[in-house]
Amino acid sequence: MSKLYWGGKMEVITRGAVITEPGNSVENKTGTWRVFKPVINYDKCIRCLICWQFCPEPAILRHDDEETKMKTPAPKEALKKLPVVEIDYDYCKGCGICYNECPVKAIDFVKEEK
Amino acid sequence: MNYEKEEFFAPGHGMCAGCAAPIIVRWVLKLAGPNTIVTNATGCLEVATTAYPRTSWRVPWLHVAFENAAAAAAGVEAAAKAKGEKLNIIAFGGDGGTVDIGLQALSGMVERGHNVLYVLYDNEAYMNTGIQRSGATPWGAWTTTSKVGSANPIGKLRPKKPIGRIIAAHGASYVATANPAFFQDFKKKVQKALSSEGAKFLHVLSSCTTGWRHDPSKTIEVLRLATDTGLFPLWEVVDGDLENMRITYKPKKFKPVEEYLKMQGRFRHLLKNPEYVKKLQDDVNAWWEKYGHHYP
Amino acid sequence: MKIMIRGNESIAYAFKLARVKVVPAYPITPSTLVPEKISEFIANGEMDAEFVPVESEHSAISAAIGASAHGVRVGTATASQGLALMHEVLFIASGMRLPIVMGIGNRALSAPINIWCDHQDMMSQRDTGWMQFYAESNQEGLDLGIMAFKIAEDERILLPAMVGIDAFVLTHTVEPVELPEQKDVDDFVGEFVPHYVTLDPAKPATLGSFGFPEHYMEFKFGQWIAMERAKKVIDEVFAEFEQKFGRKYSKVSAEFVEDADIILVTMGSMTSTTREFVRKLREQGKKVGLVKITVFRPFPKEELVNVLRNAKVVAVMERNISFGFGGAVYGELAASFAKEVKKPKILDFIVGLGGRDVTFNTLQEVVALAEKAANGKKVEEVNWIDVNKEGVLKAEGLQ
Repeated sequence: MSKLYWGGKMEVITRGAVITEPGNSVENKTGTWRVFKPVINYDKCIRCLICWQFCPEPAILRHDDEETKMKTPAPKEALKKLPVVEIDYDYCKGCGICYNECPVKAIDFVKEEK
Repeated sequence: MNYEKEEFFAPGHGMCAGCAAPIIVRWVLKLAGPNTIVTNATGCLEVATTAYPRTSWRVPWLHVAFENAAAAAAGVEAAAKAKGEKLNIIAFGGDGGTVDIGLQALSGMVERGHNVLYVLYDNEAYMNTGIQRSGATPWGAWTTTSKVGSANPIGKLRPKKPIGRIIAAHGASYVATANPAFFQDFKKKVQKALSSEGAKFLHVLSSCTTGWRHDPSKTIEVLRLATDTGLFPLWEVVDGDLENMRITYKPKKFKPVEEYLKMQGRFRHLLKNPEYVKKLQDDVNAWWEKYGHHYP
Repeated sequence: MKIMIRGNESIAYAFKLARVKVVPAYPITPSTLVPEKISEFIANGEMDAEFVPVESEHSAISAAIGASAHGVRVGTATASQGLALMHEVLFIASGMRLPIVMGIGNRALSAPINIWCDHQDMMSQRDTGWMQFYAESNQEGLDLGIMAFKIAEDERILLPAMVGIDAFVLTHTVEPVELPEQKDVDDFVGEFVPHYVTLDPAKPATLGSFGFPEHYMEFKFGQWIAMERAKKVIDEVFAEFEQKFGRKYSKVSAEFVEDADIILVTMGSMTSTTREFVRKLREQGKKVGLVKITVFRPFPKEELVNVLRNAKVVAVMERNISFGFGGAVYGELAASFAKEVKKPKILDFIVGLGGRDVTFNTLQEVVALAEKAANGKKVEEVNWIDVNKEGVLKAEGLQ
C-alpha cells in the first residue's frame, strides 16, 4: 500500500505510468480557480461561436440539437437556427477571453460569488 | 469527415487561465480527428495535461523527453509504416523544445522526410521553468535570464531565430507561420499541413499570460496585434521553395509596434526610450520591405 | 548452418531472425556495421523492416521508444559515446517498460577519445533499468541477441535489454557461428505481441505521463520487481534455448571451480583467453578456476555466492573503473557476500581498459597477486594491471 503524499489514492498503479482512460482530466474541476466569471447574455448573443472557438479549456459547450437551439433566447428569431453556446462552470477558469473577444458584448464578466 | 464539433482535448487540465496553447492544440486535434497519434515535448503542455493518473488527451499521446518529440514522432511513423497504417502523426513542442534543445532532432526528422506534422507553439521563452529566454525570445524582451537593469536597459539583446525559414530551408513539404487570432488562416494552414505528405512544420504564436505579462482576457487581442503590427507575419512555404514564400495576410494598415509593446509587461521598459521602440519598428519595416512583395 | 561472421553481424542477424520491424540507428565505431548490415538486409529484400537513419544516438533511442510504444519489435545498436549520449533516454525506455533490444559494441569512453574495447560504456548505464548481457563470442552475441527479445517481451518483465559484444575483439572479428533456422527462431521468439499499452487510436492512452511524488516511487518499485522477476525468466529462456538449439547459457558459468583455491571472474571476450590460461595452470597442477558473468543486470548474486564461496581468493577482472571506489563488478560481487559468514578474499583487477589486450602476461600478473593473497600476504584491494604506473606518478608529481 502506498503511503500517499496528499490524500486520494489510486486503486491501481499502472505499469509504465500509462493512463488508459482518455480525457479523464474532466475529474479535475478547474472552475474552482475562477475569480471572475463570464455570463452569457442570450438576448444579445448572435451565436457566432467565437467564444467557443477561443476557449482554452474547453469550457464553452456548443449545442447543436434543435431543442436547445429553439428554447434558448436569441436577439433575432432567425438566429435560432444556429448552435447555442453555454459556459461549463465546472471547468471555466475565468480567463475572460470569451468576454474580451465577443463581438457584440454579449458576455458580462462579473466577480465570482463564493 | 469533419470533427470540429468534437473535443479531443478534455477540460480539467492545468494550463494557466488564458493560455493560448490549449486553443491551438484543441483545434489541431479537431482538424486532425481521431485517427491521430501525438508526441509531445516536455513543457507546460505536457506537464499540465498528463498529471498521473489523469490526462486531457483523447487521442494516443506519447511524451519521451524535452528535446526529442520529433525523433519520437519519427519512430511512431516508422512503426506505422511497418504496419502499413495511415494516420496523422503530430508532434507538439514549445519554443525551447523546438528551436533550442530540440532543433537537432527536428532537423533530422524533417531532412528524412517523415510524414509528421510538427506544431511549435511559440510563447517566446522557457515558460514552464519560469520565463527564461530562449532562442525564440524577441529582441528587447524581459525574461528572468535576460533581465533589465541599469547596465542592460534592453533585456534580450539578440533577435528571434527564424525557425520557420530554417525548417523550410530543409525542403519540408509545408511550412507556415500561424496565429490563432487569425483563425481562418490558422485553420486553413493546419488543414493544408495535415493533407500534405512528408514533414510539415507549423510555427504558431502562442501568448503566455504570465510570461508576457498581460491580462488573461487579452490573449487573443495581443496575438492579433503581433500580426497587425507586422511583428509576426503570416506566411507559408511549400516544398522548401523560399523564393516563392507566400505571405497569407497583410494588414491593410500596419499598427505601430508600440501598441503591441505597451500591452505587455515584458516590453514595458522599452517604452522609456523611443529609440528602442524605433529599433523594433525599423526591424519590422525592414522585414516587410525585404519580403512584402511575397504578398500576392 | 555455420557461417563466418563478425560480431556486429551477429547482432544484425539476431534482429533479422527475430523479425524486428523498426531499427533506428546512428553510426559509431565499432558498432556501425550493425546498421550497415540491416540496411543491406532490407535493400536485398531479406528483411521486412523500417530502418531509420537518425541524426544522433539520442534520436535513435527516442525513435526506438516511439516505435516500440506504437507496438512493434524494435532493435538498435550503438557503443561508447553514443550510449552515453542516450543516457537520459535509457531511463525513459525502462521507465515506460518498453522491451527494446540494443546491441552494444563495448568501447571505452573519452577522454582521451579511444575506439577500443572496454566495458565502461555499458557499466556506466548500470542503473538505467536495462537488463545487461555480455557475450564472450559472436555465437553468444547472436544467441543472446535472440534471447534478449524473448526475455524483454515476457509479460512478467517488460524491460529493455542490452547485449554487449567487445569492440573489435568481437565486433570486427570473424568467427564461425551456427545460424539458427528462421522457423526455429520464429517458434522460439514468437510473433510480437505487445504485453503493454500501445499508441492505438482505437484505444487512446497517454504514455509518458507526469508522475507526482504520490505515485513516482510505485513506478520505480514496479521496475525493481520486474528486474527481480527477470532472474527466473532468464533461467527459463536460457533452458528453453538450450533445449531447442543445444547451446547452454547461464547467468554465471563456472569451470574448474570445485577444488579451486583461486577463481578468476571474467566478462566478455577476455573469458576465452582466461579459459586457455586456466587450462594451462591446471596442467601445472595449480588449483585455479574460472567464473564468467554473462548477465550483469539483474545481478546474479546468489549464483555467484554459491559458486565462489569455497575459494580462498576471488580475482575479479574487469574492464571498467568507478573512480573513487574500484571496479563495478568487484563492488557488486563483494556486496553479494555481505551476509555470508564464510567468504573468500575478494580482489579487484582493473584490466584491458581502452583496448589494452588482456594477455597471458596480464593473467600471470593477476594470478601472482591472487596467490600472494592466498598465502596470507597483503595485497591491495584494487589493482591496476599492466599499467605504466611510474610514468603516471611522475605526471601527477608524485615521483
